[in-house]
Amino acid sequence: MPDGITAQAGGCEYANSGARMIPPIPAQNRRGARAFALVMRWLVRIAALLTAAVLIFLIGYILVMGIPNLKASLFEWTYNSENVSLVPALINTVLMTAFSLAIATPLGIFAAVWLVEYAKRGNKLVKVVRLTTETLQGIPSIVFGLFGMLFFVNQLHWGYSLIAGAFTLAIMVLPVVMRTTEEALLAVPDSYREGSFGLGAGKLRTVFTIVLPCAMPGILSGVILAVGRIVGETAALIYTASTVAAIPESVFSSTRTLAVHMYLLANEGLHVDATYGTAVVLLVLVLLINCLSGFIAGKLAKGK
Amino acid sequence: MKTSSVKAKEKVMQWVFTLCACVSILAVALICLFLFANGLPTLGKIGPLNFLLGTNWKPGNDLYGILPMILGSIYVTAGAIVVGVPVGLLTAVYMSRFASPRINRVLLPAVQLLAGIPSVVYGFFGMVVLVPAIQQVLKTDFVRKVLHINNGKGMSLFTASLLLGIMILPTIITVSKTSLDAVPESYYEGSLALGATHERSVFFTLLPAAKSGVMSAVILGIGRAIAETMAVVMVAGNQTWMPQGLFQGLRTMTSNIVIEMGYAAGLHREALIATGVVLFVFILIINLCFSLVKGAEKNA
Repeated sequence: MPDGITAQAGGCEYANSGARMIPPIPAQNRRGARAFALVMRWLVRIAALLTAAVLIFLIGYILVMGIPNLKASLFEWTYNSENVSLVPALINTVLMTAFSLAIATPLGIFAAVWLVEYAKRGNKLVKVVRLTTETLQGIPSIVFGLFGMLFFVNQLHWGYSLIAGAFTLAIMVLPVVMRTTEEALLAVPDSYREGSFGLGAGKLRTVFTIVLPCAMPGILSGVILAVGRIVGETAALIYTASTVAAIPESVFSSTRTLAVHMYLLANEGLHVDATYGTAVVLLVLVLLINCLSGFIAGKLAKGK
Repeated sequence: MKTSSVKAKEKVMQWVFTLCACVSILAVALICLFLFANGLPTLGKIGPLNFLLGTNWKPGNDLYGILPMILGSIYVTAGAIVVGVPVGLLTAVYMSRFASPRINRVLLPAVQLLAGIPSVVYGFFGMVVLVPAIQQVLKTDFVRKVLHINNGKGMSLFTASLLLGIMILPTIITVSKTSLDAVPESYYEGSLALGATHERSVFFTLLPAAKSGVMSAVILGIGRAIAETMAVVMVAGNQTWMPQGLFQGLRTMTSNIVIEMGYAAGLHREALIATGVVLFVFILIINLCFSLVKGAEKNA
C-alpha cells in the first residue's frame, strides 16, 4: 500500500513528526488498540477505493458503451424522429450558455466588486446580500424552473423561449460567479490598491485597471464553473426553454439544450444507441469544462 | 471641469455596483413572491390538511394529497445519507490524514470530476446499470427464499438512495475534508503524546474536533439529495402510492413536478406549483439549519 504513513502496531510513526512514542500499555489493551487501528486503516482505504471505483466505473461504462455509437448520423445538421441528431441541441447549448453568461457575468462580477471594494464593514445590506446569495445557492433547480415558468414565461409573456431559459439559468449561476469573484478579489494584495491610489488613480480606475485584471484567473475559473452547470442543467430548462430540437429563429423561440435532449432520449427509450452516444458527448463536454476551470484555478494557486 | 466629470462617473458606477449586488436580493424576493402567490391560494382551495396529509394523488378525481411525495422525498434523502455519509466521511478522513500527497493528487481531481457529472448522466447510468443489476439480484433464490423479499422492483427506493448516495459523495467529502484539515495539528500531536495510535488520534481527537464541519457536510448533502430531480425521476419508479418498502417504487416532490407539469392544467397545475412551494419551504428550513450550524462554528 503506497500510504505515506505507516502506522505500526501498538506504537505510531507519523510521516512528518518522525518521532516514535510508544508508552507502556498493558498487553490486553495493546491488542485491542492494534485491532482497532487495523480495522480503521482498512475501512478508510476501502471507502476511498470505493469512491474512486464508482467514478472510474461510471465514466468508463458511459465511454465504452457510447463511443462505438458516435456515428456520423448523430452529427447531422437537422433533427428528426428517425435520426435523433444532437447538432441542433449542441448549438442551442452554446447559445443558451452565451446568453446566460452575458446576463450573469457582469451582474456577478459587479456585485462582488461592491461587496469587496465598496461596501463598508458592518453594512446591513452586505449581510442581506450574503444571506440571499446563500439562499439562491441552495434552491433546487426544479424550483428555479417553476419560477422561470411563472415569471419569465407567463408573467412577462416571453413564452417557452431561449431567453426565458437564459434568464432562469443566469439567476441560478449568479451565486457561483459572485462567490468565486469575491474570493479572487479578496486575494489581491492591498498594496496593489494602495500603489494605485498613491499614483493618483481614483477608486473606479483602480478597480478596473488594477484589481480586476489581477483577479482575472480566479474570476475566469468561476465563470467556467458556471458554464459547466449551465451545460449540465435539465430541470430548470424543461419548463422555461422547453424542448423544440431546432436551431432557434429568434431569442423567443423554444430550444432544447444537450442535457434536456439527453433526458428526453433516455425517457423515450426508442433510440438507445443514440442515447449512449449523446451521453458521451455531454459527459466529455462537461468534464472538459470542469477540468479547464480546475486547471486555471490551479495555475492561480501556483502563481501566488 | 475634468475632475467633476470623474467624480460623477465614480458616483454613478458606485450606484451601478450597489444595484448589481441587490439583484440577488431581488431574485430571492421575486422567487418567494411568485411561488407563494401562486401556491398559497391553491393550498387554501384544496385545504392545507387535505393537501399536506392527503394520501391520494389522483388529479383525474380532483384528489391532491402530496403526503406520499413528501414521505418519498424524506425516505430517498435518508437513504442517500445512509449510503453517502459513511463512505464520504471515511474517504475524507483517508484523504486528510492517511493518504500520501501523491495519492491525493489523483483523488482530489477525481472527487471534483464526480461533482461535475451532470445529473442526467447519473440518472442514465442508474437506469441502464443499477436498475437492471438490482433487478437481477432481486430475482436470485437467495434474496427470495432466505431474505423473503418477493416481487421487489429494480426501480425502487433502494436504487434511488444508492444513486443519490453516490451523487452527494463529492459534497460530503470536500466539506468534511476542509474541516478536518482545519483542525490544529497540536490536537493530533497531543493525542499521540498521550500514547494513542495514529488511528485512535484521528478518530477520537480530530473527528470530534471537526464535528461542526461534518454536520454542515451532512446538511449540505441533505439539501442536494432532496433537491435532486432528473436522476431520481429516472430510477425511482414514480408510483404515486404511499412508499411501500425498500424495494418498491416511489415518487418524490421534485419528480412529481417534472413529470406532470408538461400536461397539467387548472387546479392540477396549481397543485404542482404548491408542491414546489412545499419543497421550497423544506429547502429554506435546511438552509436555516446550515447557517445555525455555521454560526455555532464561528462562535466556538
